[in-house]
Amino acid sequence: MKKESLYKYLLLLGDNSMILAHRLSELCGHGPALETDIALTNISLDLFGQVRSYFQYAAELKGGDATEDSIAFLRYGREHYNCILLEQPNVDFGHVIARQFFFDLFQKLQLEQLVSSNDKKIAAIAVKSLKETKYHLRFSSEWIKRLGDGTEESHERMQSAIDNLYPFVGEFFKETDLEKEMKEEGIGADLFLIKSAFDKEVMKTFAEANLKIPEIASRMTQGKYGIHTEQLDYILNELQYMQRAYPNMEW
Amino acid sequence: MNKETDKMEYPIFEVFIRSKNGLEHRHVGSLHAADPEMAMENARDVYTRRQEGVSIWVVESKNITASNPEKSDELFDPAQDKVYRHPTFYDLPIELKHI
Amino acid sequence: MSVEINLDQEFQSRIDAGERIEPKDWMPEKYRKTHIRQISQHAHSEIVGMLPEGNWITRAPTLRRKVGLLAKVQDEAGHGLYLYSAAETLGISRDEMEVQLLTGKAKYSSIFNYPTLSWADIGAIGWLVDGAAIINQVMLTRTSFGPYARAMVRICKEESFHQRQGYEIMLGLAKGTPEQKAMAQDALNRFWWPSLMMFGPRDADSPNTEQSVKWKIKRKTNDELRQQFVDITVPQADYLGLKMPDPAIKWNEERGHYDFGEIDWDEFWQVVKGNGPCNKERIAARTKARENGTWVREAALAHAAKNAERKLSTKVAS
Repeated sequence: MKKESLYKYLLLLGDNSMILAHRLSELCGHGPALETDIALTNISLDLFGQVRSYFQYAAELKGGDATEDSIAFLRYGREHYNCILLEQPNVDFGHVIARQFFFDLFQKLQLEQLVSSNDKKIAAIAVKSLKETKYHLRFSSEWIKRLGDGTEESHERMQSAIDNLYPFVGEFFKETDLEKEMKEEGIGADLFLIKSAFDKEVMKTFAEANLKIPEIASRMTQGKYGIHTEQLDYILNELQYMQRAYPNMEW
Repeated sequence: MNKETDKMEYPIFEVFIRSKNGLEHRHVGSLHAADPEMAMENARDVYTRRQEGVSIWVVESKNITASNPEKSDELFDPAQDKVYRHPTFYDLPIELKHI
Repeated sequence: MSVEINLDQEFQSRIDAGERIEPKDWMPEKYRKTHIRQISQHAHSEIVGMLPEGNWITRAPTLRRKVGLLAKVQDEAGHGLYLYSAAETLGISRDEMEVQLLTGKAKYSSIFNYPTLSWADIGAIGWLVDGAAIINQVMLTRTSFGPYARAMVRICKEESFHQRQGYEIMLGLAKGTPEQKAMAQDALNRFWWPSLMMFGPRDADSPNTEQSVKWKIKRKTNDELRQQFVDITVPQADYLGLKMPDPAIKWNEERGHYDFGEIDWDEFWQVVKGNGPCNKERIAARTKARENGTWVREAALAHAAKNAERKLSTKVAS
């Protein structure tokens, strides 16, 4: 196995968490209730914690001057490998919850495989992250039900968020060459195995929430190849602002 | 803009936390939640951010019956002169051990 | 009438004896009102205070700084919540308090009406604003109203990391490049005077102080607390190698305190009246959060009601 592949796989895992954590961090101080604000920030903090684990490991592999921060803040847009879903904006609380639910569910299933990864470090990160992710999934699926089965307005908003975001979900399961290689090495997850469990769980939660899985074709997405929507560069503008405006300084 | 007081406010829940096994649950504060599940999640996020607990109870405030402080006299003062409930009430020789 | 006087006297003697007052105890109406005003103002300050600091979360320079700041701003939300809860024991709802904030009926700490213009401002806020707040809050852990004092104990415990976080940021900048040092000095220049204003008007212009001291809501006056803050902070600025933006600051051997210059009280009152640099933006942001949250809260309550009904009908059916 090439070291370069493992490095890139860590970016792929870390970028999903980082971009979503960034989106959640935008909400801090603006949530629909104080308690919810605190909860969303907790999720953001957990995700940034995961990002640090992945990127510290990636920095070790890369060697030289690489640090968690050079990896987090000094890559160009095309060098980010997150799925497109995660860079979608916080349109309303319905969108925040739909995006969170799809990711939490996918991530939980993926981590359940990664805990037995041949790569001991990835396995260790997965063990810690899995506990956090299970809690996130509990939070987001409860809210899916509350909003789906709440008022007429909340039902409509939730359904429309799902209609907007579900077409991005397919990307999770579209195996790239890199993911195939990692799977065959016993390091990465088998996305095919995850897919059916994912669909089953979505169906179950949506049934309870009185929501429909939209019959809309999947969007063309190549986030895992570094080709993003126009959203990503705006995220990076903020995320990287300090490191770009004041290069090579200690903070 | 909705600047009227919102009649749709979440009810208040009281939160009790056991800081570690072997200790009792203690009242730590309150919060707002729409239902007990949300109250539990909120309690976890609000009151155990620094590992303050191993167990949480939440109960909607309206379900708590409290004693009335104006009746404190009749409730609590009568216990004042029942000194015979305390070990020091009983005189024993000092040289006696382990009793 | 004489019963009222007796109750008042009895209340005062409980306070004098150092007893704590609990929500359901008898209390003078003014004591209740003063507490609602002060605790809710304090809560609003925590919540509005999230905004200027939150402004830099997405731009924090490193991952370590980012999680530190996120956790700190999250703590402010928690502290707002503890304080709202304490005020709610006095018979006002959180929602009513929020409406008072949004309509300008209730105030919050003016410091948060100043903008955060650089990363160094995050350091300055942690160091100076939290530093000033801690002085006030430590005093309040011994305040006479039980729920307020308990909230303060919890808050002080949690806040001990906030000021350290801020000072550590400043320390990093002060030891850094010339650009970083300039950034730190600029932040100190802009936040120093507003921090002094946090302690409120001079004692002579603070008509509530006497009553507040008598009721042990406050245990020190505004001017005493302000002096305490200056005495603590000047050496900390020296350590950073930063220059205080007040030429009058000088150690006074005789008083055993630092002398310092006069606050621009006109600016103070302007900001209090709502004409500060960011008053409008802060209230607009909180109003938007409330409005965007309305349908969410309605949904959660509707869902809870449906669930309760479903549980009930299953019980009846079985």
